[in-house]
Amino acid sequence: MPEAGCAQPAEDVQMEKELQDLFAKWRGVKGSLIPILQGAQEIYGYLPKEVLLQIARELKLPPSRVFGVVTFYAQFHLEPRGRNIVRVCLGTACHVRGASKVYERLQDEIGVGDGETTEDLRFTLETVACLGCCGLSPVVMINDDTHGRLEPENLKGIVDQYE
Amino acid sequence: MQLVRAHVLVCGGKNCTASGSEQVREAFAKELEKKKLDQEIRLVETDCHGFCEMGPLVIVYPEGTFYVRVTAEDVPVIIEEHLVKGRPVDRLLYKAPVKEDEIPKYKELDFYRKQHRVALRNCGSINPEKIEEYIARGGYASLEKAIYDLTPEQVIEETKTSGLRGRGGGGFPTGLKWEFCRRSPGDLKYLICNADEGDPGAFMDRSILEGDPHSLIEGMAIAAYAIGCSEGYIYCRAEYPLAIKRLKIAIAQAEELGLLGDNILGTDFSFTLHIKEGAGAFVCGEETALMASIEGKRGMPRVRPPFPAQKGLWDKPSNINNVETYANVPMIIGKGADWFGSMGTEKSKGTKVFALTGKVNNTGLVEVPMGVTIRDIIFEIGGGIVGGKEYKGVQIGGPSGGCIPASLMDTPVDYESLIEAGAMMGSGGLVVMDETTCMVDLSRFFLNFTQSESCGKCTPCREGTKRMLEILTRICEGEGVPEDIETLERLGRVIKSTALCGLGNTAPNPVLSTLRYFRDEYEAHIYDKRCPAHACSALLVYTIDEEKCSGCGRCARACPAGAITGEKKEPHKIDPEKCIKCGSCIESCKRGAILRL
Amino acid sequence: MKLTNREELKKYREEAQKEISARNAEEIRVIVGMGTCGIAAGARDFMTAVLEEVNNRNLQVTVTQTGCIGMCEQEPLVDVQRPGEERVTYGKVKPSDAARIIVGHVMHGNIVEDLVIARFEEV
Ligand SMILES: Cc1cc2nc3c(=O)[nH]c(=O)nc-3n(C[C@H](O)[C@H](O)[C@H](O)COP(=O)(O)O)c2cc1C
Ligand code: FES
Repeated sequence: MPEAGCAQPAEDVQMEKELQDLFAKWRGVKGSLIPILQGAQEIYGYLPKEVLLQIARELKLPPSRVFGVVTFYAQFHLEPRGRNIVRVCLGTACHVRGASKVYERLQDEIGVGDGETTEDLRFTLETVACLGCCGLSPVVMINDDTHGRLEPENLKGIVDQYE
Repeated sequence: MQLVRAHVLVCGGKNCTASGSEQVREAFAKELEKKKLDQEIRLVETDCHGFCEMGPLVIVYPEGTFYVRVTAEDVPVIIEEHLVKGRPVDRLLYKAPVKEDEIPKYKELDFYRKQHRVALRNCGSINPEKIEEYIARGGYASLEKAIYDLTPEQVIEETKTSGLRGRGGGGFPTGLKWEFCRRSPGDLKYLICNADEGDPGAFMDRSILEGDPHSLIEGMAIAAYAIGCSEGYIYCRAEYPLAIKRLKIAIAQAEELGLLGDNILGTDFSFTLHIKEGAGAFVCGEETALMASIEGKRGMPRVRPPFPAQKGLWDKPSNINNVETYANVPMIIGKGADWFGSMGTEKSKGTKVFALTGKVNNTGLVEVPMGVTIRDIIFEIGGGIVGGKEYKGVQIGGPSGGCIPASLMDTPVDYESLIEAGAMMGSGGLVVMDETTCMVDLSRFFLNFTQSESCGKCTPCREGTKRMLEILTRICEGEGVPEDIETLERLGRVIKSTALCGLGNTAPNPVLSTLRYFRDEYEAHIYDKRCPAHACSALLVYTIDEEKCSGCGRCARACPAGAITGEKKEPHKIDPEKCIKCGSCIESCKRGAILRL
Repeated sequence: MKLTNREELKKYREEAQKEISARNAEEIRVIVGMGTCGIAAGARDFMTAVLEEVNNRNLQVTVTQTGCIGMCEQEPLVDVQRPGEERVTYGKVKPSDAARIIVGHVMHGNIVEDLVIARFEEV
């Protein structure tokens, strides 16, 4: 709870409001924990502890249950993440067509390893197993854009497009 | 006064000037004057001909010769050859475009000749965001037929007769599955579509979701009618944002037209459809784990029985099928079970979509009648191996499947033949491999995948895959010991027979199948510390061929470890102690003097 | 609008068919393959280039989208359909090819030979 008299930053208020709207949207719907977590992560960029506790209270679930679900799925994150999420495909089709070279070069370009975020929060690097675009392997997805037929040489130009 | 014997028209339209027509015109003016032809040949600037991508354009009359992409340098040639000697300059002539009938039809392309598109019938031809296009092509007529003309039992009977089997992996007869669920006691039943498509190397479901979402919706509505479900879920993986977007649009359009929702087409059949986004776990493709995930729990599989048809989502009888399975249903109801059954083999009816990827020339999605051979798919449809390399084998069925070697290329693709060959249909991913793919490394790759996706609930899968992965990693790094092969086989057998769910039951398949067909590669790694495909970097030795090396020093500069030394113009050497086997030197060498052994 | 019986669905279908054949008889259509593969190979940039060409030249052309036809290797794919002519598929198109396809084929009916793959038909 914020101290009396000490105003909350406008951003926090806005996010809190969005969270309440999210709760309202799913109230009474069965199986709403995962969509609520997805929505909350959309709002906050990750899942802060306080938010998880709030979700547990809202859904009348033990916090351990909420935490258990969060840690089970690769999609949920307990730490702040970068503005741009870079996902390198290491699926079979990409593997066979040289994804590991692409992955190595990307690590160099961005300067972090799997699951890590750059200090300036510009990028988070992740590996995935198949983006469903195997015909253009090797493939990298940045946010919602899929980039295919990659060569290590053209990665820099692509990464540079994302601020 | 002299007679004008020819006109030279130079285009002065905006686009042609941008590509240099001004210079061309000036060059003509100058050159004609120089040659004293400016009296008999008149230079004219014209307006745009609307053919700007070919500009600058020059037309010479009286013949009407049409020159394209002319530059100032070409001008003296045109004057000398054409205007003086009367011989048109061939290379600048506009070539008549191809005629329509000179272009092959789709069916005449190797890629499509053997294909037969049933599940993918509309993909790539209609606009997936417009329901009217789907309906104009006969969409929702099968749903109409089912709910007006057929009883639910008749729909199930028709599906059973057609021989349709699940396209998501196991190949269980679809009609039979529906019947179990229909007969299960209870008023509330759920219909689920498995659109999790976790198998790396497969993307047919995505293509249907993105390219023809209504075929899935119609198929699900027919199934819901047959089984008696009023509510359904499509569980789609979050890595497919476009698919989710198009599905949402499609569902909203179908609701608006009363093809989903209450009292569909004015009957008392009602069916509502929801989308659930997956959250990134391969095991959630397994049906019981998927249902746990829809319920908002950790996506862990549970023991079957009870089967979903008895006790599924929220403990209610539920039916789950794959996207491609449902997409076939409207065609079966529309065209009849006999039509469907006329395609494919005795036990595997209909067509199957395969995702053709890896080292093959024509990657893509191919839908063929079951029973065609692997050879047909890879060499005829796929156009063979990239760069003319040697074909080694194909991995089919993803992490649950196996490798089929080149020697078994004539295996027909149907459920039984693939199992017999030690693989399985799975979702239909075909990853083609050539001589540069190391089979031990590939097994390690799959084990790494299943091991990290194992949910951890049962011991054989959680611990067993870990041990197998350790052994494979050791072999790839050149530390394998002779007992390893036997240990792998024993572990594989135990995990297969004792794991809780399909993930564990099939996890050893890639290892067991490569041990069956490529045992010599394992042995080469273990006994000779050699990787025949030159892929396992720990087992490679880099050397420089002194005969070929010119001492240019490129490799020494490219080497990040400083392992290459040598005098200028003298053969260089690689210090094996320092070499990190990154391969940069090979890429830098222009003379092919560096060898990887 | 809800369809409440078979006749209404039938009528809806007939109207959709009529509309589509009228459209095919009148409009020139450029259809870009916009599945994930197509987009990953650059279909969106190509579409933008096509729209630019169409706007700059003030043409009456409908630019629409479709799903994936399966030839990933040839993506991005685009189809051109002129009234009364066959639908023609081009492959591996780059934004810089947009002008050639628009001026050559769309405006003048000249098929761009080096990019063409096939005449579209149901397989
Ligand atoms: C680990 C594991 C992953 C699976 N992943 C998928 C999947 O991604 N998509 C799918 O349709 N079926 C998948 N299955 C198969 C499903 O459990 C189920 O058999 C299938 O959805 C039934 O549909 P069908 O009868 O239409 O094939 C998976 C099974 C296992 C064991
Ligand atoms: S394996 Fe990389 S996109 Fe499918």
